[in-house]
Amino acid sequence: MSFINYMAREINCKIVYYGPGLCGKTTNLQYIYERTNPDAKGKMISLATETERTLFFDFLPLSLGEIRGFKTRFHLYTVPGQVFYDASRKLILKGVDGVVFVADSQIERMEANLESVENLRTNLQEQGYSLDRLPYVIQYNKRDLPNVASVEELRELVNSTHVPEFEACARTGVGVFETLKAIAKLVLTELKRGS
Amino acid sequence: MVNPQMVMYEEEFNRIQMVVDRLVQDANARVVFIVDKNGQLIAASGDVENLDTTSLASLTAGNIAATGGMAKLLKENEFATQFHEGEKANIHIQLVGNRVILVVIFDAKSSLGLVRLRVKRASEELNRIFEALLKKVQEPGESPFAEITDEDIDNLFND
Ligand SMILES: Nc1nc2c(ncn2[C@@H]2O[C@H](COP(=O)(O)OP(=O)(O)O)[C@@H](O)[C@H]2O)c(=O)[nH]1
Ligand SMILES: [Mg+2]
Repeated sequence: MSFINYMAREINCKIVYYGPGLCGKTTNLQYIYERTNPDAKGKMISLATETERTLFFDFLPLSLGEIRGFKTRFHLYTVPGQVFYDASRKLILKGVDGVVFVADSQIERMEANLESVENLRTNLQEQGYSLDRLPYVIQYNKRDLPNVASVEELRELVNSTHVPEFEACARTGVGVFETLKAIAKLVLTELKRGS
Repeated sequence: MVNPQMVMYEEEFNRIQMVVDRLVQDANARVVFIVDKNGQLIAASGDVENLDTTSLASLTAGNIAATGGMAKLLKENEFATQFHEGEKANIHIQLVGNRVILVVIFDAKSSLGLVRLRVKRASEELNRIFEALLKKVQEPGESPFAEITDEDIDNLFND
């Protein structure tokens, strides 16, 4: 649920990075944080365990510039990927305006990808959203590793509805901003259509 | 869309800001701010210069969401009030109309009793303002974004 503030002349939107544990959600945000001008970003917050696994969420506020005199501000969140954190994932999806699904391209993570994308659909439904009507893009991450599935295989597995998809290596930043721009554009386009 | 769009207009903003400003005074608070349940900061007052209100807003909403989840598991209604006591700073968190969150940060210059009392009155006023705001939002009106073009959106991303 975007927030239009006529007083501050701002619009605020919430984007959630979803995906199985260790697929690279936090790494996406870290890269965005590192490569953004200080005046366009707030502090990045990570609620993580001692071993740097996301416990509740990561949060990164970003400003993307102005449209018609309104500042556009995006709040990026990641969810904890591990299966047993499902209650937390549901909470973070509340009020979401757009979703990035980060798939782990490694062959041994195919089942985890499938489970996570199904979990995304179910959790959205529980909140009364439909993944098919929400701004939604998919990122195939870790393309740099040797043991990866082909994009065709990944597409068949997690992108049967043919939403925009991007190959990425979040660790070096390949595809990270392409993914962000795509979801931000979809969210703004949705806003234009009037919600 | 499921949720009604959250919108803030100048008139309501000014009324909200007045409530928040007064609460800082009346409760001897250091800082007062209001956040929506999705973590967006709505208004703030007091000694906010040295405070990362964006981060605080997001964490407050996360906190309320988490305790709300706990309440659900216990078949409770939402826990409407929370209090965190620190060595110097204390935080009082109040859910208002199940819609927005009123946060008061205070130190030894105030007391929990005073804060509670003042928060109660402020909550009632805020509840009325937000109810009126919600009605207004549901009236059909022109969105400022109906007019934006694909080009406007593209231009945002031309580095
Ligand atoms: N080789 C490779 N490793 C990656 C890539 N993206 C993330 N990683 C690594 O995968 C691990 C888990 O990443 P993290 O972002 O914490 O995953 P999250 O659980 O989805 O937040 C970390 O060690 C990252 O450095 C990538 O594109 N390629
Ligand atoms: Mg993580």
